[in-house]
Amino acid sequence: MTATVDQPQAAPVREDGESLSSRTRRREALIATGFIMPALVLLGALVVYPMIYTFIRSFYNAKGDEFIGWDNYVTMFTSDTTFTAIRNNIIWVIVAPFTCTVIGLVFAVLLDKIRWSTAFKLIIFMPMAISMLAAGVIFRGMFQEDPNLGVVNAAIVATKSVFSDTSAYPGAKPRPDLGLTVDGGIIATDAEVATGSTIDFPLVGIRADSLGEDPTQAAPASGAGNDEITGTVWLDFVRGGGGTAGTIDDSEAGLPGVRVDAVAPDGTIAGSAQTEDDGTFSITGLDPGQSYRVALPAANFSEGATGVPWLSATFITAVVILSYVWIWAGFAMVMIASGMSAMDRTLLEAARVDGANEWKVFTKITVPLLSPVLVVVFVTLIINVLKIFDLVYVIPPGNAKPAANVIAVEMWTVSFGGGNDQGLGSALAILLLVMVLPFMIINVRRFRQERAS
Amino acid sequence: MTDTAAPETSEETPATAAPAPRREPLGRRIAGFFSRSVVNLLMLIVALLWVIPSLGLFITSFRSVGDSGSSGWWTVLTEPSQLTLKNYVDLLSNSTITSSLWNTVLIVVPTTILVVLIGALAAYAFAWLHFPGRDWLLVGVIVLLAVPLQVALIPVARMFGWLGIFGSIPGVIAFHIAFGLPFAIFLLRNFFSQIPHEVLEAARVDGASEWRIFSRVVLPLGGPAIASLAIFQFLWTWNDLLIGLIFTNAESQPITVAIQSQLRQFGSNIDVLSTGAFVSMVIPLIVFFAFQRYFVQALLAGSNK
Repeated sequence: MTATVDQPQAAPVREDGESLSSRTRRREALIATGFIMPALVLLGALVVYPMIYTFIRSFYNAKGDEFIGWDNYVTMFTSDTTFTAIRNNIIWVIVAPFTCTVIGLVFAVLLDKIRWSTAFKLIIFMPMAISMLAAGVIFRGMFQEDPNLGVVNAAIVATKSVFSDTSAYPGAKPRPDLGLTVDGGIIATDAEVATGSTIDFPLVGIRADSLGEDPTQAAPASGAGNDEITGTVWLDFVRGGGGTAGTIDDSEAGLPGVRVDAVAPDGTIAGSAQTEDDGTFSITGLDPGQSYRVALPAANFSEGATGVPWLSATFITAVVILSYVWIWAGFAMVMIASGMSAMDRTLLEAARVDGANEWKVFTKITVPLLSPVLVVVFVTLIINVLKIFDLVYVIPPGNAKPAANVIAVEMWTVSFGGGNDQGLGSALAILLLVMVLPFMIINVRRFRQERAS
Repeated sequence: MTDTAAPETSEETPATAAPAPRREPLGRRIAGFFSRSVVNLLMLIVALLWVIPSLGLFITSFRSVGDSGSSGWWTVLTEPSQLTLKNYVDLLSNSTITSSLWNTVLIVVPTTILVVLIGALAAYAFAWLHFPGRDWLLVGVIVLLAVPLQVALIPVARMFGWLGIFGSIPGVIAFHIAFGLPFAIFLLRNFFSQIPHEVLEAARVDGASEWRIFSRVVLPLGGPAIASLAIFQFLWTWNDLLIGLIFTNAESQPITVAIQSQLRQFGSNIDVLSTGAFVSMVIPLIVFFAFQRYFVQALLAGSNK
């Protein structure tokens, strides 16, 4: 920046030695006004004035005809939907910018070590060019629950079936009328079982091939100590018929590797065990005198591995943040990589020659030297994340929308998407503005410092 | 690090610590080879992970709704016969989609041109002309850079309703321009102020008017910065959903809005969704790959939006 253009307006009538007359100055100011007028009019009418309007509007009711003070702001923090939105926004701001920056940093450092760095950069950066809507469609498809449709669950299921052992018994049911019920795939005792007693699980409906070549004869469990519950899980079925339901007959096979849980009255799992080859188990370490429901978790019996419900309330925010990272990690990488190319490499070399390992070079030299760029990236991402809208609007299916909500989406729903409360909508917009404020100040300060230097 | 035996880490044992300097080069070379292949492999996996999402969408857009509803796109790898152009044929005969694509063009092109023009005018004044309050206005522009557009939605929607341009393309364009200007001014002012002082003074001494200097000297010199801004603004406007969602109606909606209205039935609309999303990506991707250098420069220069 040249010094001449950099004079603060504190001395507007200062003479430059170029002896500009006040008339020329006035002329220049007039011309300048002509140059900036279109921008000023647009910014004033469509940004600044609306800001003020929204601020005032946020103190009025839904219809806008009654002043209600801070009521909208109180509603914002007390209503469940808006509060979820605010909480999710905070999660976003904590997780997304940090993740993007770290991934971008790692990629930028590793870029140096590969020959095809240009191609890599393009691949990672490419999502920046597409709309968040398209990205949303992509991620909604990828994370479908059915492993036949969603690629993520397909990969998980494929990995699971490679690593899981053969101890799953899909389709198993308990013998009826013996005090056992199936609920949501879980086989459990109807009554609570006191410690020191033995409880047996006679199961049927298991395909013979899931037992393996040479199944072990089921055995009755040994007696239980006073902090134990023992029992047997076995296939209560004799090939060719015969045998009594609920008792362990000859040539009935034990079911090894079944997980058995002791569930305390408050629903927590107090202890668990795996069955042996002969089907016996022994859950130890329980409170003597306490009673438990004994349950065989659904994982033992599920029809092969099922998909994770990624688009349900539990995981939805994580999935949407992941899609954001997919888009913006490239931004962080490109910014940081360009910061690195401007960095003084001799320092790195010197440190390496002095015997610093790569990790030390990275943490003690690369990162500190890059810290200005890292701050810029981080702040930019925070400003961007605060007003995140598209991805959250697009990815969650209807039933997960409330759980994924963020302020910008809530603001849209409340004011345009049927909520019909522009008072609350205005308050939410002002909340966004307030949250951005500290980062605005950081930007202004950085700008001032850059000019001063 | 003490475990100098591991090939990956022996890289750091330099001459100072090595008892057998003669074996060093070979050891280092092996270590280098291993760490390089580990890094290469890692980066290859990452690149693959990054490509798969778009690839999945691309392939899905060439499958029938029935196929997409019963099996994943990756089954194409074993049964390529599923691939069909039907979705694209359907999409191009779907007047809602084609007219919305045209709307996007009608919104994006004027927005980009006007943001560049109005932004360049203001940036020139901020960089080279003296006028009272200049520095405060500039700080104001920096502040506006980070203003979330949500604060303007409600009043501007009312204002447009009052002016009779709510739901029309000019309204959308005006809103896009207003929120594109702070970045445009910021980016171009930074660039214009680096033009050597002598160049402008020479023109002034020759008696050229400010307009002439702006159009004949500054704009041509600012070519790269203007290209960066134009690419950035183009992609930004093309990819917008929120502004279109609020300020357009069924007749003026851009492609993003047209596609999102199909989202409610994700499974049964997957043909329109995947094909439409891909069509909406094509132009931005072409622009991106053709001009990505300029796009990166815009991000580097601004990085506030």
